[in-house]
Amino acid sequence: MTRSSLGLLERKLLFVTGKGGVGKTSVASAIGLLAAERGRRTLVCEVDAKGNLADFFGVGPLRFEPTEVRPGLFAMAMDTEESLKEYLRLNLKVPLLAKLGPLARTFDFVANAAPGVKEILTVGKLAYEVRERHYDLVVVDASATGHVVGQLASPVAINDLVKVGLVRSQTDWMIDILTDADTTGVVVVTVPEEMPTAETLELIERLGAETDIDVASVVVNRVLPELFGRSEEELFDRLSTPAGREALEAAAGAGAGTVLEGAELAVRLRRSRVGHLNRLREGLPADVPLLYLPFLFHRSHGVRATSVIAESLGAELGF
Amino acid sequence: MAGPEPVAPATLEQLCAAKEVVVSTGSGGVGKTTTAAAIGAAAAAHLGVKVLVLTVDPARRLASALGLERFGNVETRVPAEAFTAAGVPAEGELWVAMLDTKQSWDDLVRLHAPDEATRDAILANPLYQNITGKFVQSHDYVAMERLYEIHRSGRYDLIVVDTPPTRNAIDFLEAPDRMADFFSSRLLRWLITPYRSRLVSFASKPFYNVADRILGTQFLEDIAEFFMLFQTMYDGFVERARAVTTLLGSPQTTFVVVSTLEVAPAREAEFFLELLGERGYHVGALVLNKVLPRFLLEPDATDAARRLAHGGAELAGPLAAELDPPVDDAATLGRVLTEVGESFLNYQVVARREAEQRSELAATPEVTVSVPFFDDDIHSLPGLLRLGDRIWR
Repeated sequence: MTRSSLGLLERKLLFVTGKGGVGKTSVASAIGLLAAERGRRTLVCEVDAKGNLADFFGVGPLRFEPTEVRPGLFAMAMDTEESLKEYLRLNLKVPLLAKLGPLARTFDFVANAAPGVKEILTVGKLAYEVRERHYDLVVVDASATGHVVGQLASPVAINDLVKVGLVRSQTDWMIDILTDADTTGVVVVTVPEEMPTAETLELIERLGAETDIDVASVVVNRVLPELFGRSEEELFDRLSTPAGREALEAAAGAGAGTVLEGAELAVRLRRSRVGHLNRLREGLPADVPLLYLPFLFHRSHGVRATSVIAESLGAELGF
Repeated sequence: MAGPEPVAPATLEQLCAAKEVVVSTGSGGVGKTTTAAAIGAAAAAHLGVKVLVLTVDPARRLASALGLERFGNVETRVPAEAFTAAGVPAEGELWVAMLDTKQSWDDLVRLHAPDEATRDAILANPLYQNITGKFVQSHDYVAMERLYEIHRSGRYDLIVVDTPPTRNAIDFLEAPDRMADFFSSRLLRWLITPYRSRLVSFASKPFYNVADRILGTQFLEDIAEFFMLFQTMYDGFVERARAVTTLLGSPQTTFVVVSTLEVAPAREAEFFLELLGERGYHVGALVLNKVLPRFLLEPDATDAARRLAHGGAELAGPLAAELDPPVDDAATLGRVLTEVGESFLNYQVVARREAEQRSELAATPEVTVSVPFFDDDIHSLPGLLRLGDRIWR
């Protein structure tokens, strides 16, 4: 598979995934915000019905029908039943509405029993928005790493199951959209900790083995700041000795020793994360772009966090 | 005669001594699996009981540290020597097992299928293979089902189960009910009736016309076959699903909610604590992981940090002379002091936010323990035992 040479925001469909708790939704919303600010008509869709994407734009609950949350930026929440209804309306040119009732209900049961159906309705709706060029960019706050491969592979899986019929012809174009690296990419969000690093490497491997979908970027979120350069570190080590600590307390007050402890903690946390960062860099294929986002001390959540992250992301992308 | 007032257990040790099943729950990335393993290790070490830790998707290094094979529903004992080597001789036994979704489903089919022909037909049905192999939500149900099966076997005094990594921690709780609902639905029976009789009734004809156009006949037949076959296991499945629900709600079972004090996981934990309470489940403990140390909130330190952050350069001159041997480069020392002060204040913001989150977790269970930031993840028995010690008493 050839990787796309296009920039992150120049693609049309981005699936943002990552291990639970790494900030997948904040990164998805920041990508959306940044793209919209740069003039691209953008849709951000959350796949998890119980997600909190709305918090990141400071709006009320999201629905299937997209809401314009900023100029040129739309947000929606996936609803597979609505997706099915839309699909039937668009594809079956029969006056079906009266008969849709039992069909939709049955489908709901089939979908619950064979969850592949839900996945295909999700991926199908997103690919449809891309195909119809309703937006320049569709950003998906996708499932977590454990589930995303199943989701992305669902058109192929359904294709294997269903040999003829409308679904078959539908999955064909979906697969075309998903496997075109200039159109579709996966963004894997991670943090420099052990489990997320391991899961990210595993996911990249699985995406390569089980799908033909391009990895657009790995975003390393919550990178702690480096406190000291080399010469500074030497001085810091001297301050951390009992004599240094005593001198510092005499100069800056009794609490200064505790402040040093805080800095020691910060240095330790940073160091342990550098190890994971290195492991990530070594484990990734060389052509996967890495983007780094800083740990946010002040606002970790909400509208402000989204715009700070969007700003950092813009800087990383060279804007 | 009225017995003594029941006293809520004040430690995890008491909790584990009283219960037979401990369910570790929480949103992704909060250390659920590690916590479950640490509770299991501590129980085996200190309670003298036979414990099983049933995990769903452990980190590789944790799994290999415990001697877990990557796949297969095999229960493996962590050797007693490993405890002795860790300096904590085990009074009981620690066993570990990992959930294999596909194999668990196959086992269920073998258990419930009325005859061999049906069993083989189900196992070979392409839809069944996809559900159990490729699509993941079936995790939730089999995890609870395995728990039930192992509990019923009577092989262990205590089972600590780690729940699947769902964003929404309650999915697995509802899974047995959903399964029962599904099998008892009239709609399901209606769906398969025409194929059973090969007589398409007038009422359902439009549905099949449409379904045929969407899905194609072959797929419809696969679906119909799948549901028809599954129908034969109806009684067994529904009965089991009910039994699983009953076990989760029984007094033998307790839930341990695991969280960090970051905004999103803490909200999820609060929601989950509330929901478990509402539904009458027993919430035994709240474990808060990766909590920043309290010294970050000390007022003295705050004053000093401000002085350093804003006046590092001025303080550096005199301090440089004070140190032994004296520091020549006062400018660099000034930068270090400023950085040290700023860093403290930065982490203090996070520590304050955590303290606030902590106080917002209003309805916390009796046992609430905080675990500090460890420099690295835990992936050895000694590490688990150290963590266990922190939360045990």
